[in-house]
Amino acid sequence: MARIVGGVGCSHIPAIGAAADRGMENDAYFKPLFDGYGPARDWIKTLNPDVVILVYNDHASAFSVELVNTFVLGVADDYEPHDEGYGPRPVPIVEGHAELSAHILECLVLDEFDMALANEMTVDHGLTVPLTVMYDKPAAWPVRVVPLCVNVIKYPQPTGNRCFKLGQALRRAVASYPDDLRVVVFGTGGMSHQLQGERAGLINRDFDTYFLDNLCDSPDVLTRLSHLEYIRDAGSEGIELIMWLMMRGALKAPAERYRFYHVPMSNTAAGLVCYEETLND
Amino acid sequence: MSGKPSETHDALEDIPGTYVFTTQRCRDGYQLNRFCKTLDNADNRARFREDPEAYLEQFPMTAEQRAAVDNRDWLGMLQLGGNIYYTFKLAVFDGLTMQHVGGLMSQMTVDEFRQMMLDGGRKVQGNTSKRQQETR
Repeated sequence: MARIVGGVGCSHIPAIGAAADRGMENDAYFKPLFDGYGPARDWIKTLNPDVVILVYNDHASAFSVELVNTFVLGVADDYEPHDEGYGPRPVPIVEGHAELSAHILECLVLDEFDMALANEMTVDHGLTVPLTVMYDKPAAWPVRVVPLCVNVIKYPQPTGNRCFKLGQALRRAVASYPDDLRVVVFGTGGMSHQLQGERAGLINRDFDTYFLDNLCDSPDVLTRLSHLEYIRDAGSEGIELIMWLMMRGALKAPAERYRFYHVPMSNTAAGLVCYEETLND
Repeated sequence: MSGKPSETHDALEDIPGTYVFTTQRCRDGYQLNRFCKTLDNADNRARFREDPEAYLEQFPMTAEQRAAVDNRDWLGMLQLGGNIYYTFKLAVFDGLTMQHVGGLMSQMTVDEFRQMMLDGGRKVQGNTSKRQQETR
């Protein structure tokens, strides 16, 4: 039986990928960040998952304004990195787990979460940067990936509460998969940041601290946050944090193993948490 | 819960310096964003570089949107329905970083913008409500 053994909350700032791709990890600007990733990399190596369900958002890459889907699940055998204007990132092709994806998709729809399905899609920094954060620069990614894409760009984004419940449904879906697989869920994006408008550059350390302090043990106070609170207080792009709530929803009794927070990375507050599931149900 | 959409829209519009990508803005900016999106393809970038006029003809945007593109008016594009993830593809085409664009949208030089980020970013205090800013 497959089971969820952990969760990761992780910013997916493009500059992190660019720095890794150019070997700039030891530059003064990037070093504190990459130093902070070391313990998380050690932790996931020990946890040794077979599959990552990677909750992220597409940034006008695989999907565009012609059709805006709230939730999309990738069911492909593999996913190539997208050209985001500089050519694709020189990272390995992301191998999927089509069978598990198909199982999850059917479970979720029957569980009343109406997912869109992608038989083919490229993946942008939203998906590849968290892999870099957790796995550095291997010749091939050591996990297979089930990509779950959330609309966080067009208002109204799904509520945090909806994302949390979808995470709970992910757990049920994984638990009913017959093969023995160790699964970790990544919730990515955030933390506070605003890229657009005259308020560009907004960072709210207090909001981020509140979020990190409650996510593991009191997620219910976070699932009640409104769109207005996210956008106003964490910045228009800070609402990506609803994807961390999906990760948290997939865990029943998490224990926080690691936490890291760093400002600034480009225009963003970078956060990272590692949770281990303590309940084997 | 978020309440009625119209009430929420009023509250979202009260946030200073922020253009929430609502369904209306998504509709208004459709052709502008479609154009920007095509720049994630190397052949398209070469064609746009070679003949911007002809390339832009493919996208029936409004005269205001077209002027904003021609003038690289990053704030104007957002006000006319552009979304930052789309308009940023044009910025990447121009060789700009998000910090350049952030500075240009907030009347700062890129060095000032970078320094603001190093100092912990733009503060949220005093930056959450147009109404409050006016009555202060």
